[in-house]
Amino acid sequence: MARHKTTSAAGMTRRERYDAQQRRRSLIVAASSTAIVLLAIVLLVPMAPGWEKVQKSFFNGAVLAKSFPKLLDAFLINVMIFAWSAPAIAVLGLLIALARDATAPALFPLRIFGAAFTDIFRGVPVILTVYLIGFGIPGLGLPRPWNSPYIWGSLALILTYSAYVAEIFRSGIDSVHHSQRAAALSLGLSDRQVMRDVVLPQAIRNVVPSQMNMLIALQKDVSLLSFIGPVEIFRQAGVFKSLLANFTPYVGAAIIFLAVTIPATRYADHLLARQRKERR
Amino acid sequence: MAKLELRGVVKRFGDVTVCNGVDLDIEAGQMVCLIGASGGGKSTLLRCINLLEPIEDGEIRLDGEDISVPGLDPQGVRARIGMVFQNYNLFPHMTALENVMLAPRRVHRTPRDQLRPAVETLFRRFGLAERMHNYPDQLSGGQQQRVAIVRALAMRPEVMLFDEITSALDPQLVGEVLDVLLQLKQEGMTMVLATHEMGFAREAADKVCFLKAGRIVEQGPPEQLFGTPEHPETQAFLARALK
Repeated sequence: MARHKTTSAAGMTRRERYDAQQRRRSLIVAASSTAIVLLAIVLLVPMAPGWEKVQKSFFNGAVLAKSFPKLLDAFLINVMIFAWSAPAIAVLGLLIALARDATAPALFPLRIFGAAFTDIFRGVPVILTVYLIGFGIPGLGLPRPWNSPYIWGSLALILTYSAYVAEIFRSGIDSVHHSQRAAALSLGLSDRQVMRDVVLPQAIRNVVPSQMNMLIALQKDVSLLSFIGPVEIFRQAGVFKSLLANFTPYVGAAIIFLAVTIPATRYADHLLARQRKERR
Repeated sequence: MAKLELRGVVKRFGDVTVCNGVDLDIEAGQMVCLIGASGGGKSTLLRCINLLEPIEDGEIRLDGEDISVPGLDPQGVRARIGMVFQNYNLFPHMTALENVMLAPRRVHRTPRDQLRPAVETLFRRFGLAERMHNYPDQLSGGQQQRVAIVRALAMRPEVMLFDEITSALDPQLVGEVLDVLLQLKQEGMTMVLATHEMGFAREAADKVCFLKAGRIVEQGPPEQLFGTPEHPETQAFLARALK
């Protein structure tokens, strides 16, 4: 009996032909439904009675052009605060995580401290910590430059975020299979060496995507420092709002944030997806 | 005096007694195979010898010295007893070479370049010279297991423990790992194996122990244990295993 030939002239098997047809069909459906929704928004929203007013005060091209360069300048301050806080958070977070898992009896106080630290700073809203530290400590009458809100505001962020980052590191340490520990111990390594050389490198790698999300959140929360002084982008937008009696600068600030956070979020998602694939 | 002496070793996990008074002598240069159904206590016994599990009662002596004293620092003992696991347990973030050099560097504080020649010789001896710079996930199961053996050997152990090291391998890869064991036997290594490879145990072992419910039911040279087993439980197990 002759073998059935399922390959067509184009060199595709019937399965490939079928799959290609399915792909084309779902593409067409997705494209047309998206077009309908967009069209509805574009047509219906301007029909709302207040649209003209909203457009003038939130989407004003002239105001945007005028405020945008200054907003970008102010954003540099956000970037600066972020840039010195992030490494401090990574280090402190890791230390807290290690302190919480310390088993030696002499280190018990460290363990208690670690637990208290994470409980307190995860339990208090960031803005409250920023207020308490940012106003409280300079209130001790420190001389310049030690009364700068940049220092104490950053410290508030560092403390809060370290608490979260420490918990993520701990989950990463737990995620390393106990057989890795057994293998390392069987070679004669000490507990400390096992942690440093075998467990931590794997743990850190496992939590990179989650920590990326913390970085993105931190980038946004830097704006909370505006409440205690620094004229960063959110504060700058507020200045423009008062000056020009228009909300467009806030939209400008949002655009600048999104320009940074969307690529970063996409990248974190990409890392997560890759990790899921590797685990399978 | 035997190289390794087990006297009345008892290991419990909660209410479950996994080793229930094990007596065993392992002479220097001997290959001893532990056989028996899963759950019989073979793996746990090996983990106890390597002090990965503390024992509840009994004694384990290495060169006559009691290594099961509660409170003894296990590091020194573990550096003298190598162990290889069923699932290789290579460190995935290091190359094969780094896997092998880690423990000598940290425990014996030997610098990399001093270690390098001896380690390379080990890799060559077990046919892994081409694989030194590969990461574990770039190696086949058999290659990973051989790297794991090299990793344990790099510490120059006096005794090697093998915990069902061929159980996770594809059948065609088992041979290359068993060959390594034969090579080590020739070199006079003292070895204890937990294994399901009856054919290998019969050919290569100096002594075979049948374990059931945490006890050594019967032990002896392979001809005797496989040829003329005395205990009915041994006979029943072998009848099933060799079918």
